[in-house]
Amino acid sequence: MTAHVDLHAVPGHDAHHEIEIPYTVHPRPDTGVYNGKLGIWLFLASEVMLFGALFSTLILLRTSSNHWPRGWEELNIPLATLNTFILIGSSVTVILAWANLRLGQLKKAKIFLALTLLCGLGFMIIKSIEYASKFQHHHYPSTNNFFATYFVMTGLHGLHVLGGMIVFAYLLLTADKWYAKHRDQFTNRVEVTGLYWHFVDLVWIFLFPTLYLL
Amino acid sequence: MPPKRQIRVGSQWMYARDAQRALEEAIRVAEEERGQHEHHVPFLRKYVFSTDHKWIGIQYAITALTFLLLGFSMMLIMRWQLAFPGRSMMDIPLIGSLLVKFLGAANAPGGVMLPEFYNQLGAMHGTVMVFLAIVPLAVGAFGNYVVPLQIGAPDMAFPKLNMMSYWMYLPGGLIMLSSFFIPGGAANSGWTSYPPLSVIATDGQTVWILGMVLLITSSLLGSVNFIVTIFQLRAKGLTFMRMPFFVWAQLVTSFLLLLAFPPLEAAAILQFMDRVAGTSFFMPSGLVVSGTPLANAGGGNPLLWQHLFWFLAHPEVYVLILPGMGIIAEVIANNTRKPLWGYKSLVGAGVFLGFMSFVVWAHHMFMTGMGTVISAFFQTTTMIISIPSVVILTALIISLWGASIRFTVPMLFALAFLPMFGIGGLTGLPLGLAASDIHLHDTYYVIGHFHYVVAPGTIFAMFAGIYYWFPKATGRLMNEKLGKLHFWASLIFINGVFSPMFLQGLMGVSRRLYDGGAQYAHAKPVLHTNVFISASAWLLLLAQVPFIVNFFYSMFKGKRAGANHWNATTIEWAATTSPPLGHGNFVHMPVVYRGPYEYSVPGYDAADFLPQTIPDSEPLTPTEAGGGMLAAGAVAQKEL
Repeated sequence: MTAHVDLHAVPGHDAHHEIEIPYTVHPRPDTGVYNGKLGIWLFLASEVMLFGALFSTLILLRTSSNHWPRGWEELNIPLATLNTFILIGSSVTVILAWANLRLGQLKKAKIFLALTLLCGLGFMIIKSIEYASKFQHHHYPSTNNFFATYFVMTGLHGLHVLGGMIVFAYLLLTADKWYAKHRDQFTNRVEVTGLYWHFVDLVWIFLFPTLYLL
Repeated sequence: MPPKRQIRVGSQWMYARDAQRALEEAIRVAEEERGQHEHHVPFLRKYVFSTDHKWIGIQYAITALTFLLLGFSMMLIMRWQLAFPGRSMMDIPLIGSLLVKFLGAANAPGGVMLPEFYNQLGAMHGTVMVFLAIVPLAVGAFGNYVVPLQIGAPDMAFPKLNMMSYWMYLPGGLIMLSSFFIPGGAANSGWTSYPPLSVIATDGQTVWILGMVLLITSSLLGSVNFIVTIFQLRAKGLTFMRMPFFVWAQLVTSFLLLLAFPPLEAAAILQFMDRVAGTSFFMPSGLVVSGTPLANAGGGNPLLWQHLFWFLAHPEVYVLILPGMGIIAEVIANNTRKPLWGYKSLVGAGVFLGFMSFVVWAHHMFMTGMGTVISAFFQTTTMIISIPSVVILTALIISLWGASIRFTVPMLFALAFLPMFGIGGLTGLPLGLAASDIHLHDTYYVIGHFHYVVAPGTIFAMFAGIYYWFPKATGRLMNEKLGKLHFWASLIFINGVFSPMFLQGLMGVSRRLYDGGAQYAHAKPVLHTNVFISASAWLLLLAQVPFIVNFFYSMFKGKRAGANHWNATTIEWAATTSPPLGHGNFVHMPVVYRGPYEYSVPGYDAADFLPQTIPDSEPLTPTEAGGGMLAAGAVAQKEL
């Protein structure tokens, strides 16, 4: 018996090439997203649980406490308000960076990425001024549970801001190379980082009233 | 019996069996050619920092099995103290003096282990078994190796994250173990690390937290990867309701890991702050330790930890069991040679189980005085969550009905899983009801209950999986005789270990006693079972020797296996035997034409299995029974 099985469709395998994973750049038709986008949404879902647990901690400790300082008695509202606007502004600039990439305007996109990075930097500088003044007044995490939750929640949020800044710096430094090599992929990277950045922004929008205003 | 049906390959008609042989031969030749063209992949890249899901799966498997043995050994040492409290370990035949030397005078002066060391072993046994052995084995190993193959994907969606996940897990585990060597020894506040005890404990607890943060990050990366892979990389035609139950189980498991672990991470951060920065998240006011009032600010709540911890740790229970159920479903379908009974119910129950597992956590806390209303809520949800578990078990048992069962080694483990998991599940009901839990809480009954779920339950499922997929991973078969010896010995001794614990627990023996209950009058009548349990545990270790020998011997010298050794239907068996590392998994990207368990299809006489990837182009005569299947196939093709 002569069995002829058609094998001409075997793709050329070459160890130098990475295995081609489908839908890394373009969306899968039935799910409507590319891999990275779904990945970041799932990651953000887990982040919601992380910060959710901390907010629950705050609620539980505060409701069971006899004396819980009002946020505005202990914390600096003007500085925090300024920080709120800086972060919201950075959420806008990151969108503009992505939109410009979609339009093919790499230069503009880079400017907006740099602005986003600067906003992040500004936020961190203001935050560190706040921290320094707390330490000056001998307010530490160990002082009481109000400051413990304040430092842990804003500290963890600050780490998230820092993480975002590192990614933006990386995107800026590699922008030309990646844009030339694979424009769509680079645009996706900015989009995905932007989604993360919005989340970091959103966490602050919850943190600000809960810690400072209530 | 001569083959009857012909299928079309290219422009030719040929018998299905010939086509299969020809395809296998063609794949072999293609493999060889591919091998000749293969470029040299550096050793580190191929075997250490590999991004290939198959190799990462094997890395996970070997690491997790090592941790499994290690966690088991810790318990074996503890069992000596429980069986013969205060007797020197020098009296242990053969290995006594060696063991005493290994443990050192700091932990076991004169061969008698110190209570502090006993506590360290207890805490680390739990931690190692849950976080370093079972979950990495169930999810990291089986999930990584099997899921991409079973959905017809070239690899995981994020291969580099996959590598990172393993390289967070291994250091996390090593860091955790390293704490045995620091002053004060390893964490000793139980695997649950309840404060305030854990906050004032020795430095080992800080190391425990650091290790946990790495492990949590590892499982976070893994779970995102699994979910994206399953959603995005399913082969053409593989709709959700055509996915094998194992893939469903891994999908639900990944969601549990994704959403349940972060609260533990938050709790770990808070405990870390309590220990290092002097905060009082979990420390109430007015604590006095060894006669000295603690200097912390107070005002914290120890129950907060318990809530955050069990919010993870209850879903974690289902993380432990679901992949096991998935493996059992695959093995049962394959060895009964008929479709699983109630596939849709299985999937529905699995998903429902996942949802419910997030609202039962406080049934671990009935004794904390949460109040009757909250207790009533959580005992209700706990009773509800038992329903999907029963659905899954029932569907698997009914699947056996009327089958001509092949008693292969994986099937033996699968068959044993059913009653063993049944015992574990049913003994959980009295613990889920607040009234009976008051008597049973924190006794050996609890230990017996969850070990029945995890040890002869999940671990047997893991063994079933290893025996089942070994030929796929290595291209060789494991020895049947050694496998059966391993199975029967394990089954007997594992029951010897855990069934007397129910008795002890019902008598009220607490689970955390250094002397096994010797100083309590109420424990006297069941004290002698400690020796029986310990002897069974040591024999259980011996029962693993045939497995270990079999594993390594068969890896190199086992009988060669074909690409589809078990005549299975799911997609992983359409890949070549032991798919090569560092490449895509399939010669052709597979296309799926039907559901996962088309065994003994009426009207299809060529074989008693119809793989998911074989096209429907073959001119089957629709018989009365087969008509439905064919129609379904035709519809499916239109969908494509």
